[in-house]
Amino acid sequence: MIDIAIKVAFVAVSLAQVLAMIRLVKGPSIGDRILALDTMVVNAIALIVLLGLWGGTQLYFEAALIFAMLGFVSTVAYCRFVLRGDIIE
Amino acid sequence: MIEDLIAMEDAFIGWLTALEPVKIADIATVVALYAGAFFAFVGSVGLLKLDTPMKRLHAPTKASTLGVGSLLLASMIQAFAHGSGSVHEVLIMAFLFVTAPISANFISKVNLHREDADPTPPPPGDSAWATFDTHPADDRTPKEV
Repeated sequence: MIDIAIKVAFVAVSLAQVLAMIRLVKGPSIGDRILALDTMVVNAIALIVLLGLWGGTQLYFEAALIFAMLGFVSTVAYCRFVLRGDIIE
Repeated sequence: MIEDLIAMEDAFIGWLTALEPVKIADIATVVALYAGAFFAFVGSVGLLKLDTPMKRLHAPTKASTLGVGSLLLASMIQAFAHGSGSVHEVLIMAFLFVTAPISANFISKVNLHREDADPTPPPPGDSAWATFDTHPADDRTPKEV
């Protein structure tokens, strides 16, 4: 029962990742591209959590936490670079 | 009618009491997994489907964090049901829930200033490293000890 649910979740999150990648390639404005990258980071965290659930191990949570921090910092840095032309003034 | 309902309720209570706690935790895990998968998928569909940048901003910043939150909840229930419990996932959940509005605010500022607001003023020019651009009062050698 759980195995099927984990497989379904893997498929759904991977499809979500592909859809976000389509928006990343298509995105008319630069805000769409930043948003698509942010969504892809969130989906990558979901995939790491699912991998940990699939393997029944706690090893991957540090990786997911680092992904969360890195995704937030890179989104903010990208936005500030687009807004101000400079990240740290 | 009433007897049927009472019989159904008795059957449901019998089914619930026949379940073991681990079984109930498994059912909760499966429900959380399906909810998380659904919300993560819906967030990306909204990101692809909606038509203006501000509408597109609305879909993934809410739905994806809800999706990841449900998946982390599933992981926590599973860890508590089988073997030792873990609360590491609360860290990721709290971090995502705190940072999602901040990054959404930044992305909406990018959308605004790229489209219909005035451009932001240019950044101040920096000719050297920040530690070299000091005030003259701070520009002194340390005293000899």
